[in-house]
Amino acid sequence: MSKAAVVELPPSGGFSFDLCRRNDMLSKKGHKSPSYFKTGTTIVGLIFQDGVILGADTRATAGPIVCDKNCEKIHYMAPNIYCCGAGTAADTESVTDMVSSQLQLHRYHTSRESRVVTALTLLKSHLFKYQGHVQAALVLGGVDATGPHLHTIYPHGSTDTLPFATMGSGSLAAMAVFESKYREGLTKDEGINLVCEAIRSGIFNDLGSGSNVDVCVITKGHKEYLRNHQLPNPRTYVSSKGYPFPKKTEVLLTKITPLKEQVEVIEGGDAMEE
Amino acid sequence: MTKQAANWSPYDNNGGSCVAIAGIDYCVIAADTRMSTGYSILTREYSKICKLADQSLMASSGFQADVKALQKFLAAKHLIYQHQHNKQMSCPAMAQLLSNTLYYKRFFPYYSFNVLGGLDTEGKGCVYTYDAVGSYERVGYGCQGSGSTLIMPFLDNQLKSPSPLLLPAQDAVTPLSEVEAVDLVKTCFASATERDIYTGDKLEIVILNADGIRREYMELRKD
Repeated sequence: MSKAAVVELPPSGGFSFDLCRRNDMLSKKGHKSPSYFKTGTTIVGLIFQDGVILGADTRATAGPIVCDKNCEKIHYMAPNIYCCGAGTAADTESVTDMVSSQLQLHRYHTSRESRVVTALTLLKSHLFKYQGHVQAALVLGGVDATGPHLHTIYPHGSTDTLPFATMGSGSLAAMAVFESKYREGLTKDEGINLVCEAIRSGIFNDLGSGSNVDVCVITKGHKEYLRNHQLPNPRTYVSSKGYPFPKKTEVLLTKITPLKEQVEVIEGGDAMEE
Repeated sequence: MTKQAANWSPYDNNGGSCVAIAGIDYCVIAADTRMSTGYSILTREYSKICKLADQSLMASSGFQADVKALQKFLAAKHLIYQHQHNKQMSCPAMAQLLSNTLYYKRFFPYYSFNVLGGLDTEGKGCVYTYDAVGSYERVGYGCQGSGSTLIMPFLDNQLKSPSPLLLPAQDAVTPLSEVEAVDLVKTCFASATERDIYTGDKLEIVILNADGIRREYMELRKD
């Protein structure tokens, strides 16, 4: 009689926390866990007289190394809603993609333009459900039937509704600019200049942020995505003579050891058994 | 009772990169001028290069407080040497002194990653590369610091350092002209700045040859 086997159900999705205890033990013994790509980052948003302006830098880091000098941190959510993401790059990318799809389906279902609070609720419920393990810190902005809206969303799922906001490692540098110069009823040009100034402050004073400034202006019925609106960091030195690299690995030494002599060849032995 | 890990460290890393290249009759030592801590910049204009003797310059990255203490100690030892021998220390002598000084603190090290550059007793360029506890070697070129992993492979490729595995042993001096060496160093730092967040702001290049010491500066990316 065979013992009744316990049927192992395959995981139906979501996180598997099976290795947590092992990882904890390893880190106590001094083993370094692999790092993720974080978007160091400075992201900002502000409300001006006609709508919302979002801004972001373009540097992605893996520890102290820059892994992408010109990445896109302003993500599309809906024709009238955009979202900036800071934190782990994979998390911000997938959570905004996922909610963007959900909004599209909702638009088909309701035949109406998406509202910013809808995106907000979908994002915060998802992040709360994962208890902060999805490390995405977002600045969500858009203009819908109820007016312009700007929100910040933290990795654990809490949200704030603000007239101006900053997130990421460069948020303090950017907020310093906003707190000095923000006022209600800015014009579009003033708003864009202020956003650029705040992002530049993050780029130059925070080591986790750098490269270029991306801006997105959203107004009623219209949006402008200004990719690389400012490029304040050109390469400082290019050698005039250039560097020719040899096309293949250089051969330093060639030594051939014929193997045939090491092997005894016995002619006419027994055939191998089946 | 499990051992508790310390929640305070006496060390900090102020970042930055240093490079030195030895030539037939010159030596080029370069370092960026950014001093940082964590994700913040402390200053954009800090020199990591120190003149230890007429023929020796040391560039150090790591914990700048330890670097300052090390420089002070070496300066004092050098002064005593001058009083006792009525001459300046040669670069190879300074190299040995630095190694001994670092090893003296083997069990509470100077968090200082050094590259020593200068002219040896025959007037040829020499570069010595160190680890934090004093292991050193005379080489044709060397680099240390946060950008060293980015710069070293490029220097290996351009300067074709003879591998220590190859026999017969080849001269540890690179067949580059002074102008070419300076151009190479500028390219190294411009590239390292693109990819290393701790390297940037300004590049300080010091060229040491029979005519004396010359300094050059070049702007780097400030982000």
